[in-house]
Amino acid sequence: MTAVYNQELGNMRFDLQVIASWIEPGSRVLDLGCGNGDLLYYLKHHKQVIGTGIEFSEEKAARCIERGLTVLQGDFRHEVKDYPKGRFDVVVLSQTLQQIQDPKELLIDLLWIGRRVIVSFPNFGHWSARLQLLFTGMAPVNDQLPYEWYNTPNIRVITIKDFKRFLHLFGLRIVREVAINTHHHEFKGNIIRTLKNLRATYGIMMLERVT
Amino acid sequence: MSPSADNEHAPLLVERRYFTFAEPPKQMQLDCGAHLGPITLAYETLGELNADRSNAILILHAFSGDSHVAGRLSIDDERPGWWDNMVGPGKPVDTSRYFVICSNILGGCSGSTGPSSIDLATGKPYGLHFPMVTIKDMVRAQKHLIDHLGISTLMALIGGSVGGMQVLRWCADFPEMVGSAIPMATTTRHSAQAIAFNEVARQAIMADPAWNNGDYYGGGGPAHGLAVARMIGHVTYLSDEAMREKFGRRLHRNALSFDFTGDFQVESYLHHQGKKFVNRFDANSLLYITKAADYFDLERGGNQLINEALANVPFLIISFTSDWLYPTYQSRDIVSALKKNGSDVSFCEIEAQGGHDAFLLPNRRLDGLVSGFLDRVYHDRCL
Repeated sequence: MTAVYNQELGNMRFDLQVIASWIEPGSRVLDLGCGNGDLLYYLKHHKQVIGTGIEFSEEKAARCIERGLTVLQGDFRHEVKDYPKGRFDVVVLSQTLQQIQDPKELLIDLLWIGRRVIVSFPNFGHWSARLQLLFTGMAPVNDQLPYEWYNTPNIRVITIKDFKRFLHLFGLRIVREVAINTHHHEFKGNIIRTLKNLRATYGIMMLERVT
Repeated sequence: MSPSADNEHAPLLVERRYFTFAEPPKQMQLDCGAHLGPITLAYETLGELNADRSNAILILHAFSGDSHVAGRLSIDDERPGWWDNMVGPGKPVDTSRYFVICSNILGGCSGSTGPSSIDLATGKPYGLHFPMVTIKDMVRAQKHLIDHLGISTLMALIGGSVGGMQVLRWCADFPEMVGSAIPMATTTRHSAQAIAFNEVARQAIMADPAWNNGDYYGGGGPAHGLAVARMIGHVTYLSDEAMREKFGRRLHRNALSFDFTGDFQVESYLHHQGKKFVNRFDANSLLYITKAADYFDLERGGNQLINEALANVPFLIISFTSDWLYPTYQSRDIVSALKKNGSDVSFCEIEAQGGHDAFLLPNRRLDGLVSGFLDRVYHDRCL
């Protein structure tokens, strides 16, 4: 287990720090559900990235535009449709995959408009979730999954192992991957190297099509 | 009472200027095939053009606007320009940094050549002899002005409603001159509903006997028809929500009158707006400009916003939730076309009650979007 803390990236969520470190300078990036634009802002000013964000909330989208970022307000499942093939080098989907109705179709769309896709998602295979289900017989509620079954936005239960199986089935390849152990909004975190599906709270992967 | 900002500082004074071109025989050819000239455009500028002429912003006014976008025309001028909350020193369109140009459109009646201008061939006002002009013709005339000012690229074009149509027309026709664009509360083509309202407004004017086939410049003109046309316009600029908020069913007198003089506040508001408009606008100009807006169609023969030349132009598209004249889906269509170019396009739908008129009303969200976007363009292009 390695503790990672980058001073320069210190004001960003830890999974975004990992994602930012994977992006090549000068690349064209699309960030889905970009929130207040922290990742895009960092990439623009430190890596000369040409970025676009899509954000559902008017307030957050407006905040991004005020910061000088290129952002579309809207539902990214619709907004990804019009871009030409290969418009982006990297499409970022952080902590959203588990909230998508049709993740397979979405990933196919994203790998059409982008050469590579980076996804991060909470790992439902984490030991605490397993133990909660085993011992209490109730759906897991913890820091990464702080919701009750009736109000959770997370409609897909994904584990790192499940996700890899899915990639294999649909002809997608992992270019890079990291499993981390961190709380949801933490700026620091640990990278997990063994027993990932049991010990990691989040999985982060860079994907591309198998051509 | 605290002194207003205007009392603390000298008011921002602007001067209306005139540019005349297309003198015969070099008349400008119009879309309808006619030739027109000489053409005069009334325009105003604010701020200073920088050394490399890269900080110019062209503001395009909506259908009943004029060149007087901001500031005051004299020390004792009571009314500032129509977008004074948006344009000025330290405001979102910051005239201490940008050089702002606004001209009255071709076909208008505030100093530019239009149906109320004198036709040199007859010595009388054109009236209905004025040729039909299109949004494209208006933009063509503006380009003559921008060339005359020695500006090869505009840092930004900004406009709402019919002004937004002109922004889009500029992008389609002169993409190489567009540094960035902010079309707001606008559309690439009028819906049947928008055409319908315009037609009712035109008919209100033409049904007034005083209209006299457009030949009324010696007399009072179709004041009643023009007032009704404006009332129809105002209904489309507001929204159900805005009207409920503003007037509800409140009366503007103590009891029902049981006659037709108007009991409700909403009626007296519309009467007032109609009367006010008659004093400042020419009925024939309304006919011509609404027709130009109805004819405007950027999607005829393929979407003219889908153009590789626009791939590197930053766009900011803005719509308003309560605008039912040009609803948000029409702005999303603009976004969708621009995305196909791979353009740098931002979009925001602002939650606002004001209806279509919202873009003209003070709005902190709108201010933040415009100033943030322009700031980025300025840093990328001018520094």
